[in-house]
Amino acid sequence: MRPIDPTEFAKGPTAGGSARVSEAVARALRARRGDAESAPQRPRDPAPSRAAYRMNRLWLTPSFRFFLRRIAPVAAVAACIGLWFAPQDNREAFMGQVMAIKAEVQNRPEFMVKLMAIDGASGELSEDIREVMAQDFPVSSFDLDLPGLLAQVESLDAVESAGIHVRAGGILQVDIVERTPAVVWRSDLGLEMLDAEGHRVAALESRLDRPDLPLIAGEGADRAVEEALAILANAGPLTPRLRGLVRVGERRWNIVLDRDQEILLPEIKPLGALAQVVALDQAKDLLGRDVATVDMRRPTRPTVRLTEAAQDELKRLRGVELGVSYR
Amino acid sequence: MTDLYEAQRAMRNMRKAALQRGVIAILDVGSSKIACLVLRFDGERFMGGDGVGALAGQSSFRVIGAATTRSRGVRFGEIEAMAETERAIRTAVQAAQKMAQTRVDHVIACFSGGSPRSYGIAGQVEVEYDTVSEQDVARVLASSDVPDYGNHRDVLHAQPVNFQLDHRSGLKDPRGQIGQNLAVDMHMLTVDTASIQNLLYCIKRCDLEVAGLASGAYVSGISALVEDEQELGAACIDMGGGATDVSIFMKKHMIYADSVRMGGDHVTSDIAMGLQIPLATAERIKTFYGGIVATGMDDREMIEVGSDCGDWEKDRRTVSRAELIGIIRPRVEEILEGVRERLDAAGFEHMPSQQIVLTGGASQIPGLDSLAPKILGQNVRIGRPLRVQGLPQAATGAAFASAVGLCLFAANPQDEWWDFEIPAERYPARSLKRAVRWFKDNW
Repeated sequence: MRPIDPTEFAKGPTAGGSARVSEAVARALRARRGDAESAPQRPRDPAPSRAAYRMNRLWLTPSFRFFLRRIAPVAAVAACIGLWFAPQDNREAFMGQVMAIKAEVQNRPEFMVKLMAIDGASGELSEDIREVMAQDFPVSSFDLDLPGLLAQVESLDAVESAGIHVRAGGILQVDIVERTPAVVWRSDLGLEMLDAEGHRVAALESRLDRPDLPLIAGEGADRAVEEALAILANAGPLTPRLRGLVRVGERRWNIVLDRDQEILLPEIKPLGALAQVVALDQAKDLLGRDVATVDMRRPTRPTVRLTEAAQDELKRLRGVELGVSYR
Repeated sequence: MTDLYEAQRAMRNMRKAALQRGVIAILDVGSSKIACLVLRFDGERFMGGDGVGALAGQSSFRVIGAATTRSRGVRFGEIEAMAETERAIRTAVQAAQKMAQTRVDHVIACFSGGSPRSYGIAGQVEVEYDTVSEQDVARVLASSDVPDYGNHRDVLHAQPVNFQLDHRSGLKDPRGQIGQNLAVDMHMLTVDTASIQNLLYCIKRCDLEVAGLASGAYVSGISALVEDEQELGAACIDMGGGATDVSIFMKKHMIYADSVRMGGDHVTSDIAMGLQIPLATAERIKTFYGGIVATGMDDREMIEVGSDCGDWEKDRRTVSRAELIGIIRPRVEEILEGVRERLDAAGFEHMPSQQIVLTGGASQIPGLDSLAPKILGQNVRIGRPLRVQGLPQAATGAAFASAVGLCLFAANPQDEWWDFEIPAERYPARSLKRAVRWFKDNW
């Protein structure tokens, strides 16, 4: 017997079949194919699974949200960078790259300093400055240590103050205010020029190099240059005869004149004493006489020491007066 | 008893924590639907000067998420299939969370099953010093004679309803008053332990912490009764899907609660059985064409019953609306008679005010307002819950009375027994508080 093909019956109602038969046949066919379709369809369960529910709640937790949206990306990027930088080679390569770029930018011609201009310094001093700074040109302005250079320049004795800056056009501008020598100081170490404040300016080979400057001597004279200059300014008519000033015991001055005459000034108010001496000199021509020293250490009682010859002469004159001869 | 108090105190602390965090969920587990509302408490922002703000502080919160889902596994307000109920709760909570865009960890739940039983209990004590102190209140509460309600039941509510000091009754707060004899009347509501445990277990399975439990009868009374009804005395009848809750309020306190184990679902199953149709169809027909009072027009209004069994005769059946009403009406009458019975048992006829408020999903059936007075008495109205801020329009219907009431309950809970101080005698023997008290008493 020929087996019946169920699809033969499964015609639509229009084609002479029965709707209910075709429905039944379709169900049978589905069952034969092994579809789970034949089971009555269960209504969809709207409930979330436990895991989905928990995930949902977790996602709604503000701290977790903040962590995942703000902290986690940052941490991930940081971790990536950190991992890449962990090997030494990568670090070195990166640093090399950075240094190369930096050098390239710094060595651009815009930033190069090609020469140095020194203003306000004499020839010798500017030589000294160049020597001290020992800067090779051209150099990038990033490599210049301007404060350091400034300190170096200001460490020179002859420089009172200095300014240093990089001028447009790649010029290192050094502005100098030089110290002006006011006196020559003779000390154990030789001749030195000092400015009005007693600061060393330069050494001097010979007194004859600067005959225009007054001479001071003695230990501690450099600390009293101001007083010395005041005395010199007030010397008045004595100036042509003045040879120099000597600091005695680091406290008072002696004025040394030619013909080995000396004026011993007191420790306090030396100018008053000096004025007294000048007045005496003008009135009595004191210093024109045969006087070795005029001792003004006690201004109320000026004392005069005569030279050897003058003393003898004085004795002789006294003897004549008294009719006595000492010889 | 102490265990339960500990549990209730723990819940109270949990609620405080939740209020501090500002977000709390409301879960109404009913037999026909499960509603979840997410509340945000904005704290003192809406409050007025002396702690009483707009709408008596009821506007201190805002509903930021609301979701409803068809209830599964709940019958007569009790959980029958735990896994199904858990899924339904999960669905509702997740949808509400999604709407609120926040996570909630604390939930206050209400349910109407568990055959609630209420007891009026009284206590009396001599005042220790001249004036009534907190300790006296604690002692009088502790002295009240708790009836033997069976060990398979738990206390759900225990609210002091009335304080009496000597001959003066009706005191709200006796503290600081002078008197000698302090008495208290309390209303206690017990429910089946098993039904509570099942609900707690379901909620716990959803990773939520229970911050409070309330009886459905109580919370729907809070929301459906207006303030003067609560004050003067009224009964709230929450006609739910599987159970009809009855609660009687007086002087703003619930003094009686009970439930009739019949509801809208029974009407539906009556229709399904009477018309030989599936429950879903019966529910649809009930909500579209249901009614209680038949008129002549209803004889001519034919309803297509419809089904898809394949039999033409059966699939093309129609019923008149009068027939449908004939099926619905006896059941509704039965429910209302059950309610009448409960009210009689509670002595409702002796109340000064006979107001009855019908609410709940089944109270929306047309014609109920003409049937109910015949059975319950003249002062009947259909109540809808109070409007709360942010509640979606879809959730303002009578079916949401208990959900809204739960919101109000969460916002300003009534003091219950366990919120008062523990009497000193009950402290553990080595407690520091006890030592402090001893010093206070002896110096």
